[in-house]
Amino acid sequence: MSGGAELRVKIAEIEPVATDVRRFRFVAADGGALPLFSGGAHVVVGMEAGDRRIRNAYSLMGSPFDESSYQVSVLKTRDSRGGSVFLHERVAVGDTLVISHPVNLFPVDRRARKHLFIAGGIGITPFLAMAEQLSEEGARFELHYAMRARDCGAYAEEAARLYGGRVHLYCSAEGRRLPVDALLANQPLGTHLYVCGPERMIEGVIGAARDAGWPEENLHAERFQAPPAGEPFRARLARSGISIDVGPHQSLLEALEAAGIDAPYLCRGGACGQCETAIVSCDGTLVHNDHYLTPEERAGAAKIMTCVSRLAGRELVLDL
Amino acid sequence: MGLVFKTETFRDDFTFSNSPASIRRFPFPFDRDAYAYSVNIEPHTKGAPGSVFEFPIDVDEHYVAEMHDRALVLKADPLRCQSLPHMITAEWDLVELLMTSMAEAYPEHFTLTRDGDAWHWINRPLGIDDRFTFGDTATLPLPPMEYITRQCQGDFSLLDQRDNNLWMDAGIVTTQADWSLDFDIGMNFMEWHGPVPLAHEAGVFDRALKFLLNLQLGRPVRRLNWTMTINPRLDTSPENYHKWGTDRTTVTTENVGDKVHLRVELQALWRLPRSNAIVFSIRCYLIKLSELVTSPKWARRLHRVLKSLPPELIDYKGLTRYHPQTVEWLSKFDDGAPTSPGIGPD
Amino acid sequence: MLVAGIKSRPQYPGLVLDPKARLHLIAAEGEGALAVLALAAAGGPDFPAKTVVYYTPGGSAGAGHVGSLEALGLDALHVTPTVPTLLTRLDVHLATATMGTRLYTAGAEGFLGQVVQLGERHGIDHLSIRTEHCGSLARRVQCVHCKGITENVTTSIVPCAHCGLSLLVRDHYSRRLAAFMGVCVDAEAPGEVPAAEEIFR
Repeated sequence: MSGGAELRVKIAEIEPVATDVRRFRFVAADGGALPLFSGGAHVVVGMEAGDRRIRNAYSLMGSPFDESSYQVSVLKTRDSRGGSVFLHERVAVGDTLVISHPVNLFPVDRRARKHLFIAGGIGITPFLAMAEQLSEEGARFELHYAMRARDCGAYAEEAARLYGGRVHLYCSAEGRRLPVDALLANQPLGTHLYVCGPERMIEGVIGAARDAGWPEENLHAERFQAPPAGEPFRARLARSGISIDVGPHQSLLEALEAAGIDAPYLCRGGACGQCETAIVSCDGTLVHNDHYLTPEERAGAAKIMTCVSRLAGRELVLDL
Repeated sequence: MGLVFKTETFRDDFTFSNSPASIRRFPFPFDRDAYAYSVNIEPHTKGAPGSVFEFPIDVDEHYVAEMHDRALVLKADPLRCQSLPHMITAEWDLVELLMTSMAEAYPEHFTLTRDGDAWHWINRPLGIDDRFTFGDTATLPLPPMEYITRQCQGDFSLLDQRDNNLWMDAGIVTTQADWSLDFDIGMNFMEWHGPVPLAHEAGVFDRALKFLLNLQLGRPVRRLNWTMTINPRLDTSPENYHKWGTDRTTVTTENVGDKVHLRVELQALWRLPRSNAIVFSIRCYLIKLSELVTSPKWARRLHRVLKSLPPELIDYKGLTRYHPQTVEWLSKFDDGAPTSPGIGPD
Repeated sequence: MLVAGIKSRPQYPGLVLDPKARLHLIAAEGEGALAVLALAAAGGPDFPAKTVVYYTPGGSAGAGHVGSLEALGLDALHVTPTVPTLLTRLDVHLATATMGTRLYTAGAEGFLGQVVQLGERHGIDHLSIRTEHCGSLARRVQCVHCKGITENVTTSIVPCAHCGLSLLVRDHYSRRLAAFMGVCVDAEAPGEVPAAEEIFR
C-alpha cells in the first residue's frame, strides 16, 4: 500500500500570480467533493513527464473548508528534476492529474496561546490555509511575510486584505527586512513559531529563536525539499535479487519505482518516515538528507529514507 | 434490514443477552489456539453483510439499552466525558464522521440533512430531532463530542498529533475495561499504554505508534482486543472498582457459563480532516460463555487460549480469581479436535 | 494489576542551564535549594541578574538554605511559607511572562508535578521544563474513586484523606493531575487490607 489513497483531479484554472509563480486550481475529475483538510497539509502531485514519473509535494493554500477545489502554487525553478517546469509548460486547463489525499506534516499546535507565522517567498502557501482555518476558529495569529520585490510576493495583497492588521509585509527591494530579533523578543508565553521558506531563511529564523531562548517544543518548520542530486550509484535488492542504477538527478525511491518496485512512501520530502528501508550493506558513504532519522540511527547506518537520501559510493544493498 | 432493539440491563439484574443472530456475528478475537501480543492492525474496510465489520460504525440490537446505560454512568459521574480546550475542532470532526456513517449505513434509523452549515439530525431509536449550525457549539444542547457519543455505541477518545506522538486530549469512556479517562487524559501514546505488561518490551507500541502517526484520511484501521468480565457489566471502571470488584469472587464451576463473559473491543482509528487529530473508538462486545460455546470451534479455542495464557496477562486482565474455574468449565467443550483457521464460528 | 515499572512514571533528568534563556525562572522546594545552588555555580557571571527564584522550605527538611540563596544576589528571591503560596505567586508571574523565559523546578516529586502542571496551564510544554528531584520520595496520590488528592504519601497502602478507602499506590502517573493513581486495595475482598509499607520516604 505504498503512497496511500489517490484522487483524480482536473485542472480547472491556471493563473500567473507573480514572477515564475502560477496558481493551479484542481477540481475532482468526477465532479464530486474533495476531502476537507487541515491548514498546513500538502498533496503529492504525480506527473507523467515522458518516460519519467515525477511526484512533487505542494502545500494546499485554499480554504480547508472548500470541498469544491484545491489550490496549489508552483514556483518555476531551474532544478534538474523538471516537476515545476512540467507544471508550468506542459499542462493546460482541462488536463487530469493524479494526486494523493491531503497529508499534514506541518500542523498547527492547537494548544498555542498565539501562532506566529513567518513566510519567505513561495513559503507563504501553507500559511494561507492555516490563517483561514485559525481565523474561522477564532485563534490568535500573526503572519509575517518577507519577499524580494512586490512582484515576487504572491498573495501579499490578498493576505493583507483578508486578515488586515494581523499581516505584516516586508519587501527587501523597498528596504524593509524581516525584523526577526524584534519579533521574537516579547512574544507571550505559549507562542508557537512556524517558518516556511528558503532553507537559509528557515535556518536563520529558527536559529534566532533558539538564541532568544525559545524552547524546541515551540519551533516548527516546513522541511519539504526536493530530492537533492548526487553521484549515480547502484542499488541491489537483497530479497528480490534485482539491481538498479540510480541516476544523478533521480531519487532512490524514483529509481525503485521506475524498476517496478512497489516501494512505500508518503511525503516524498524526508519528513514522514514512511519510506524507511533497512540496509543490508553499503559500499560507500550514506548521504542522509531526511529530517526523520535520529543522529544515532544515522550513525548506525542500518536505515535509509529512500525518498531523499542516497549513497556516495558504489553499491547499496537494501532489504527489499 | 430493520434492527429490533432489545430492552435489557448491564447492571443490577443484568438482563443482557445476545440473540442467536447476535452470537453468530460476535467478533471472536482469536485466530489461533494461543494468544500473543501483536500489532494486529488491518484496514477498517467493509466486511461481510451482517458482520460487525459491515459498516464503519456498527449499530446492533443492544443500541438503545447501551445508550441508556451510558446516560446512567454520566449522570452518576460526569468526569467520564472530558475534552481539553484545544480539541474542539476534533469534536466537530467526530460529529461529522459519526453522523454521516450512521445515516448512510442505517437510513431507517438515522437521517442527516446538510445545507451548508445548517444540519438536521434525526435519531429515531432515541427520539432525537435536532437542527444545529455545524461549528457553532451554542446551537447544540451538549458539547459536540458528548452530544454525538451519547448516541453511538462504544467509547471514543480523540488523539491530538504533535511532536511525533499522539496525545489523548479528549474522550468519553463509560464501557471500559478498567482504565480511567479522568486519569489518562493528557497522556501520550506510550504513557497511557504504560500499565500494559510485556508489550512495551516486545516493541509493539513503538511500531503501532509509528504506523498511526502516518494514518491517512479515508483509510481507517482496526484491531481487536479482549479481556473478560464477570456479569455483562459495561462499566467496569476503576472509578467503581470498589463496587464491582467483588463480582470476581462469585464465580463457581457451576455458574461460569452465565457469569463469565468474553469482552471484545473492536478498536478503530480514523484520521480526522479539519483537526488532523485521530479518533480512537473502542466498541465493546460482550458474550456469556454459555452463548459462546454454541460454536464448538470457539469453545475449543478459548479453552486453549486461556489455558496457555502467561501469568502476567492473567494478572493484568484481572482474571486471577476465576481463571481456574473458567478453564475447567471450558475443558468440557474441548475434545482435542483441531480448529479451523480464521475467527469465524464453524 | 501492574503496580510498578509503568511507563507513565516521569523522569527527572536534573537541572541543566539553558544558556540562551533570557530569564531563568526557578521554583524550588526544600532540598531543591541545593539544585539551585549547583545551577548558579554552573551559570556564568550574568546568571544572578537573569534569575528569579521562588522558594519554599516546604515539607522536606530544607532548613538553612534561605541564607545561601540570598547570598547569590539574584534579581529576585521570593521565599514563601508554603507550597500553595509559592504556586499562587508563580501563577501570577507566568501570566505576563514572555517567550525566552525558561522554567526550572527542583524539590520533592509532588512539588515538581504541581509546578509542571502550572507551567502547562500557561502554555509551556512539559518537555520544556527542566526538573530535578530532591529530598523526599513522598507522592501526591489521586484516589481514582472519589478523585481526592492525598498529599505527602509515604506508604502503600494509604487511606484516602477524603473518602477513607484503603489505596494501593501505583506507578501510573498523570501529569495533568500531578498525581499517582491510588486504587482501592480490598475491592475484591472487602476488609482484607495488607499492612502499609513505608516505601516513598
